[in-house]
Amino acid sequence: MADRWRLPLLALLGLAMLAPYIWMVSASLKATDELFRASLSLLPETGTAWMENYGRVWREVPVAQYLLNGVIVCGGILAFQLLFAVPAGYALAKLRFPGREWVFGAVMLGLLVPPHVPALPLYVAFSQLGWLNSYAALIIPSTISVFAIFLFRQFFKSLPDELIQAARLDGMGEGAIVWRVALPNAWPAATAFAIFSVVAHWNDLFWPLIVLTGTDYATPALGVLHFRTEEAGDDFAALMAACTIMTAPLVLAFLFAQRRFVEGIATTGLKG
Amino acid sequence: MSEAALSGALPHRRRLGEALGGWLLSLPAALSFLLLLLLPTLAAVAMAFTDFELGLWPPAWIGLENFEEMWADRGFRQSFRNTVVYVGLVAPASVLLGLGLALLIEAGARGRAFFRAVFFLPVVSLTVAMAAAWQYLLHPTIGPLNAALRVLGVASPPAWLSSSDWVLLSLASIGVWEQAGFNMVLFMAGLTAIPRELREAASVDGVHSAFARFRLVTWPLLGPTTLFVVTITLIRSVRVFDTVAVLTRGGPNKASEVLLYTMYTEGFTFLRLGYSAAITLVFLVIVLALMLVQTRLLDRRVHYG
Repeated sequence: MADRWRLPLLALLGLAMLAPYIWMVSASLKATDELFRASLSLLPETGTAWMENYGRVWREVPVAQYLLNGVIVCGGILAFQLLFAVPAGYALAKLRFPGREWVFGAVMLGLLVPPHVPALPLYVAFSQLGWLNSYAALIIPSTISVFAIFLFRQFFKSLPDELIQAARLDGMGEGAIVWRVALPNAWPAATAFAIFSVVAHWNDLFWPLIVLTGTDYATPALGVLHFRTEEAGDDFAALMAACTIMTAPLVLAFLFAQRRFVEGIATTGLKG
Repeated sequence: MSEAALSGALPHRRRLGEALGGWLLSLPAALSFLLLLLLPTLAAVAMAFTDFELGLWPPAWIGLENFEEMWADRGFRQSFRNTVVYVGLVAPASVLLGLGLALLIEAGARGRAFFRAVFFLPVVSLTVAMAAAWQYLLHPTIGPLNAALRVLGVASPPAWLSSSDWVLLSLASIGVWEQAGFNMVLFMAGLTAIPRELREAASVDGVHSAFARFRLVTWPLLGPTTLFVVTITLIRSVRVFDTVAVLTRGGPNKASEVLLYTMYTEGFTFLRLGYSAAITLVFLVIVLALMLVQTRLLDRRVHYG
């Protein structure tokens, strides 16, 4: 197809796709009374209204706290997922042991279950233990990723056996081989999974909504929801400012490492 | 120790060591799998057949009563119907749009990375924040969409998210917006796997229109990718929760009540965990059925490679 048609069409579709972002940023720059006149101009009438909006967000929303919570929760989840899944994936791919078929069967079975299913009993257990409203409540249920085990198993299977034999002859134990030989060779799989995991948990609303009541441990998703329902009221300008701030970190990360993000999500797409 | 004894003991010891290593390395994963996935899932299935409520102990076994109640409950039937309508709107639209975008981007060399990034942006954006942006965009009185419609001469444009007639369509549009870029990336991966020579060969053989080449070459070879994208989109849309929880809370008048949101309110607002578990079970059965259909179709080999 000639670029003469292709590019304008793509531009038009792209503009439609970006519309929510454009209006979100535009509204965050306008004064509230200007928003209420519903003008179709993208640029604000007064050049200083944005200071008021972003100022209000800065005063009323613990932005740094939410972002920090998000980093702690996503980082914690990812660390444990790797800690559990990488050795298991290696064992399933490269070691012969009685019961291996059972472990692999369990992994395949686990792939079928959406995270919403174990949520109710986990909630009951956490509330009985008095662990609600904590980082632990946010992190622990996601520490096991059967998908990660599956992904690493597939990747490790293609590692040459000679590499592992050589490491054994050098006197390395299996544990050392996992972290110092297998994982460094599985870097593409690890980055892909890391991106998939962080995007999924940074955006997750379901589980934080269940286990948190206050805002002390709120992730960005829950923080925005709290500001929207409890404080912003009809002040769409401040709400859009808050949304702009909270959306920015992951979007910026994406723009910097675009190819990795797209490849990461495409290779891990099968998790859905 | 002599050489012979060493080499005789080694295979056995190595096998034992290997087994031990396998167990030890799988142990953390196996334990957390058991505690955090398998047991809670079984417990959820068991809970569906009890009248479990938080604070009431012990729960009683009530057989299928939860499911009978569900069947008779107009709220649940509405929620089920809404989910079906939502999935029926989002899945075809986002698959087609994803395919169209992928073909359009792959058709030329210029602007590829740029447009791929633009369409992929919703996948990495904070859903809750973007839902709020959509709420502003679709706001009945101050929203830019209705302002534009009024300029175009529509006297009383719909109230979108606050109208029970339009709310599902509005949520579905947001769903399509969220998923199209994801599907596009999956289709692009499928498209790059098709050898260029095949399309060129078709061209040489006299298939000149781009559409005919698509129908004869690309589309059949894209079969497995399409099936995969369709199933994944269906499963992702059945899971709709965030936008409903943020924007409508099932309203107005239960017009946007969907499966997972009903499960959430029954379980965590009304604390009727048994009933909520029964809804979860219905959700699980739907997801499993979709996966089964996918495997069946894949077994029948949709691809011609």
